[in-house]
Amino acid sequence: MNNKTLSRRQFVTGVTIGAAALAINPSILFAGMRNNITTLTGNTFNLSIGEQSVNFTGTMRSATTVNNSLPAPLLRFKEGEMITLNVTNHLKENTSIHWHGLILPSEMDGVPDISNDFHGIEPGETFTYRFKAKQSGTYWYHSHSGFQEQTGLYGPIVIDPAGKDPITYDKDYIVMLSDWTDENPVDVYHKLKKLSHYYNFNERTHTDLMDDIEKNGLENTWSDRKMWNQMRMSQRDLSDVTGYTYTYLINGVTPDKGWVGLFEKGDKVRVRFINGSAMTFFDVRIPGLKMTVVAADGQNIEPVSVDEFRIGVAETYDVIVEPKDDRAYTIFAQDISRSGYARGTLTPDTSVLGEVPELDKASSLTHSDMGMNMSNMAGMDHSKMNHGSMNMKQTTMSGMDHSKMGHSSMGKQKSMADMDHSKMNMGDNKEMSTMGSMLTHADTEFGPHIDMRSVDPQYRLDDPGVGLRDNGRKVLTYADLRSLHMTHNYPDPDREIQLHLTGNMSRYMWSINGVKFADAEPLQFKFGEVVRITFVNDTMMNHPMHLHGMWSDLETGDNMYIPRKHTVIVQPGAKISYRVKVDAKGSWTYHCHLLYHMLGMFRRVDVV
Amino acid sequence: MKYLKAVTISCLFVLTSLSFAMGIEDDPILTKVMGEIELRSTDGANPRAWDIEAWMGQDLNKFWVKTRGEKVAGKTEKSELQLLYSKAITPFWDLQFGVKEDLQPKPKRNWGVIAAKGLAPYLLEVDASLFVGESGRLGVRLDAEYEYMFSQKLILSPEVEINAFSKDDELTGTGKGLSSVEAGLRLRYEVTREFAPYIGINWEKKYGNTANFSIAEGEDIEDAQIVVGMRFWF
Repeated sequence: MNNKTLSRRQFVTGVTIGAAALAINPSILFAGMRNNITTLTGNTFNLSIGEQSVNFTGTMRSATTVNNSLPAPLLRFKEGEMITLNVTNHLKENTSIHWHGLILPSEMDGVPDISNDFHGIEPGETFTYRFKAKQSGTYWYHSHSGFQEQTGLYGPIVIDPAGKDPITYDKDYIVMLSDWTDENPVDVYHKLKKLSHYYNFNERTHTDLMDDIEKNGLENTWSDRKMWNQMRMSQRDLSDVTGYTYTYLINGVTPDKGWVGLFEKGDKVRVRFINGSAMTFFDVRIPGLKMTVVAADGQNIEPVSVDEFRIGVAETYDVIVEPKDDRAYTIFAQDISRSGYARGTLTPDTSVLGEVPELDKASSLTHSDMGMNMSNMAGMDHSKMNHGSMNMKQTTMSGMDHSKMGHSSMGKQKSMADMDHSKMNMGDNKEMSTMGSMLTHADTEFGPHIDMRSVDPQYRLDDPGVGLRDNGRKVLTYADLRSLHMTHNYPDPDREIQLHLTGNMSRYMWSINGVKFADAEPLQFKFGEVVRITFVNDTMMNHPMHLHGMWSDLETGDNMYIPRKHTVIVQPGAKISYRVKVDAKGSWTYHCHLLYHMLGMFRRVDVV
Repeated sequence: MKYLKAVTISCLFVLTSLSFAMGIEDDPILTKVMGEIELRSTDGANPRAWDIEAWMGQDLNKFWVKTRGEKVAGKTEKSELQLLYSKAITPFWDLQFGVKEDLQPKPKRNWGVIAAKGLAPYLLEVDASLFVGESGRLGVRLDAEYEYMFSQKLILSPEVEINAFSKDDELTGTGKGLSSVEAGLRLRYEVTREFAPYIGINWEKKYGNTANFSIAEGEDIEDAQIVVGMRFWF
């Protein structure tokens, strides 16, 4: 790490490289020198994975690339076709490619030692992936080996529909967001293990304390601080890795000038956003333009007009924008911790760039982000909320309104029997009656490896999330997602599996139900069944959960229009549920898509 | 001391290279060395003090080394070394046990150690140790530190340390009961996460027989010093 001498500003924006350096080594990929992603079209592709010198910050680094390109080339094929991809490994270590969001046989899914008969691609070897493109839309691909995703091995996939595309547009652009670091990702991981807040330069300080005292008075400030201090949690723990080390890219271009897409006045422009980051959630907007979201995770949805959306790691959103003026519009994607941004421009003229907005102020996590239901917090003694040593094993009904219960019965199973169901608060969730499930923290969730358990996690589908609440803009939420096609024949789930996302931030340990992957038994799904997965987030981080091989059909409360996703954000201290039609035999992977969480927060799924 | 230092450093070196070779694992064997080295300004020769800790291990199980001491005019006046096994027992606390050797002042003293090290509510970093010495002598030490952030990089840390013993040990100048209290206030600037120079004050007072032993030796029992040092880890 010799980038200590660079100012943070340079980190955020990258460095423009002079022509002299180019003359020395023409094979180097330079930040800002290239604009559009290489496109490969057809049904047979030759992909060559190798090392490539890159320079995003002013320092030469080695990246992992496909056909010498970062991001990897856009693969464009047609729904219904048989696709062949010959992937050759020119690295000194094993590699692999996973086709993120594509429904295909386990053998072709590309996860070493989990996908059937696949153990990675050895150096010098060529592996041929063959599968039918069963779907259309925007997806992506990336390495599933080591930390190669962090060093550049990711690229977009567009599958054009076999029939008529319900979405019409004049221009079609990919905006692939990613996070680049000059550091070796192994070092990043080890730093997090040694000092979990290493990259967090957004902690509360003296100034925040003084502001709070001025605004809320000494007493209120004290009682608020008391809870956080007793829990020993950071209210500003929004992202593990930040702009301190990351340079945020759009299509491999640093934000100093940024990626540029052209339009003519009156064009309908389709922008396919893909978050190919290792660790970064982005909040995306194009000041001056409404974005009509038309697809989520590759699947068409009923169009929703928004000003802004949050895109979790591995998610994709397709939007339509219709610039009416002859001016430049900035695509502004700030990271969730507001430590930096990726930038692009839609413009009628490449020489005209738009203004770059200021970063928003970083927000703080709230009670609901810690798994509390604020409606019943009144009068509760916060000193009892000591998560670290709390031994209360809580069993409550999901969706239940505790304010009708009295707190004395919390934590006692016996209260379940006496409960009056007519008092249950179903909120505005129409299908809650089929979703009610017991909240139980397993015995494995107690110990030094777990620093928090949600006491009363809520379904927060209409919550835009920390940093986006009440910001004056219309922000997309999961509650806005409605499948474009009716899903009225969707069978009810045969059973429910509750999975708790768990960890200890300060020890930087991550797990599911308190059990890390290395110690876990595979999950068993029965072929043909419909499973409801309910995630409970017992941490203060967002986790983008990705199930391979099968769709995650999000339960938004409207069973007529269930949206399909491949990656679902589980908000801090929240719960969420989706249905999985178990229609794919073999072994699959189920994990948090944050690269440095994934080693522990990971499961193998066997469909038998 | 030299020998121990050399062994410790070479052990850490070997283990560091080992952990790099292990590659990408959820729970790799890692090594962390962290410490403070400071110059204390007082009457006469300025003492140099060190307080260095290192661990090697995995998420929940580690080996710890703790050493601290003071050198005056090139002569080591105080020094101790602890070798501990550390097991995480709660989300924020580790239980540590092992041995401690007081190398200076002479004669050497050996102790068994049980310690609780962790983060207490209100974000107090605490290291509480019980020492079991020869001929049934017991010692306790409580060390607590807090960090107040003026900015992301400018951090004020008040620290307090209390020592007490069950029996007199005249040869080493430690007395029964409350023996010494040390309080410090250090303001550091984190140039990087790993490196932070600081300035501060350090106040120390001896009590009871410890104070009496010091008086007999013609030493001060209370001392306030301005300190300049650096805090680091890697």
